[in-house]
Amino acid sequence: MNAVLKTESSEPTPEDCNRSIGIVETRYYTFAEPPGTITLESGETLGPVTLAYETYGTLNREKSNAILVLHALSGDAHAAGLLREEEAPGWWDAMIGPGKPFDTGQYFVICSNVIGGCKGSTGPSSENPQSGKPYGTEFPFVTIADMVHAQRHLIDFLGIDRLLCVAGGSMGGMQALQWVASYPERVRSAIPIAAALKHSPQQIAFNEVSRQSIMADPAWRDGNYYETGQPERGLSVARMIGHITFMSDQSMEEKFSRKLKKDHFNFNFDADFEVEGYLRYRGANFVKRFDANSYLYITKAMDYFDLSGGKLINGRAVDTRFLVISFKSDWLYPSHQSQEIVRQLKLKQVDATYCELKSTYGHDAFLVELEGQTTLIHHFLEKTYLGPRNGNRNGNHR
Amino acid sequence: MEIIDNGIRPDHRIIFDMIEPGSRVLDLGCGTGDLLQLVARDKDARVQGIELDEHAIYECVRKGLSVCQSDIESGLAEYPDGSFDYVILNQSLQEIRKVFFLLREALRVGNRVIVGFPNFAYINARVCLGLGGKAPMTQSLPYRWYDTPNVRFLSISDFRSFCEEKGFAVRKACFLNGERTITFWPNLRALGAIFLLSWEEKKGR
Repeated sequence: MNAVLKTESSEPTPEDCNRSIGIVETRYYTFAEPPGTITLESGETLGPVTLAYETYGTLNREKSNAILVLHALSGDAHAAGLLREEEAPGWWDAMIGPGKPFDTGQYFVICSNVIGGCKGSTGPSSENPQSGKPYGTEFPFVTIADMVHAQRHLIDFLGIDRLLCVAGGSMGGMQALQWVASYPERVRSAIPIAAALKHSPQQIAFNEVSRQSIMADPAWRDGNYYETGQPERGLSVARMIGHITFMSDQSMEEKFSRKLKKDHFNFNFDADFEVEGYLRYRGANFVKRFDANSYLYITKAMDYFDLSGGKLINGRAVDTRFLVISFKSDWLYPSHQSQEIVRQLKLKQVDATYCELKSTYGHDAFLVELEGQTTLIHHFLEKTYLGPRNGNRNGNHR
Repeated sequence: MEIIDNGIRPDHRIIFDMIEPGSRVLDLGCGTGDLLQLVARDKDARVQGIELDEHAIYECVRKGLSVCQSDIESGLAEYPDGSFDYVILNQSLQEIRKVFFLLREALRVGNRVIVGFPNFAYINARVCLGLGGKAPMTQSLPYRWYDTPNVRFLSISDFRSFCEEKGFAVRKACFLNGERTITFWPNLRALGAIFLLSWEEKKGR
């Protein structure tokens, strides 16, 4: 979800936490170059398409150890390690690296920025080849299925037939689910974390308020703000709303209580309370690194996502293994949504493991609540990689 | 099956012996997955667990098992009919309120159900209650009246009558007293029992 958040709030983690993979590099893959295009779910076309991506670890000779890690709303291709120009490690650095659950000593880990994003992949801030200017709202609407379709091009390019695993939290979890729905034969296992088969009205409502906040800012200018500066006020409020929904009542109490920034009330509309200061700080930081139009497009893609009613496992026999994880205090993507995923899997007799982890961090838990995730993901992946399905026999034939 | 020898719980050994190789097995309330691991490894079974406790689930996943977090009573709902060859319900029947509902569900989801439970009519329990005048505590009923998770107190005879009344065919029954299995006077002499059930033929299975 966001790397800034993690540097501040991530707790000391298992012993492997500080074993970073070191300096990494973002690469770019462009496809659907003229006259080619890709057709999107909306029926519109897009081309050329560039995906920013990073890889960690080494692809084995059989190409059987590739894991695609999928980012959330405001994430990017930089999932682990350090970039030369940035201080913060990747957004899932605690989970990806030597000896970590996504063990780069064993697996080849890939992460790409989604289309519609603003971190190197084609999105509304990219240049429209027709006009030579940024797309703005000329950018076609993209869906989670379109994001996954684009990723499939990258996976093809990397020469990988079947991914060992697709994994991600929140919108990353939705993409993992979409991978199974779109390309079941290309996914050996999936780990959707704090995800859902579809957004509830409550989730759509929060996204809509965020979008309205951006679009209500006069600086938005119907999306044509690339020469005049982006709608910072609107985008920062949108992000503040996001941060409220990512935390839990309890984590906010623990983090801020009613603590004041000074030891007295200001009796004005400055930030009196620490929570106010925190939200303002988060909002102000976010606008420096994220494009408002991307926020609009991606939240819309999340709202359109719907794999309910049997669309997750649609007909074909699926032998993908699932590890579904939710967090007790996550009220934005509550556990019952993950349990609905599990219900669909049971219904189709798909091999599934599900666990609700006790965490007080709310939706943020997928980035910061590491202990349970570490254990589950590590062993789940190891079994998927080394052993035959479902715990049969000992998987010692490395 | 000489592989299973040391360190295996006697009830696990009996259940293990009831399962045909290559089966699909669901363990309701699988705990840390010891039995499932054994069945998966040495019976080449395709196994799935259902368990409520988070840390027990970690143990299962560490063993490479697939397990879904749920309580026993709602864990079966979404599985289609005949999803498994065996559904195991070991040492939790006595903690279940809707016993008939659960067994019916288990026999919908599985072709056979293996049920293990403690015998409330074990001789020491009888003595405890009949002569001592106190709520029985035995090796298989180790709880005091105020901290027991058990809500059903049944004997082997009770369970047999129940099966007959509800149309469950008893395909096999084993009776345990500690490490040993016994055959004579089980309702008096056994600490626990393990039944292999299916529907009576007329029920269509």
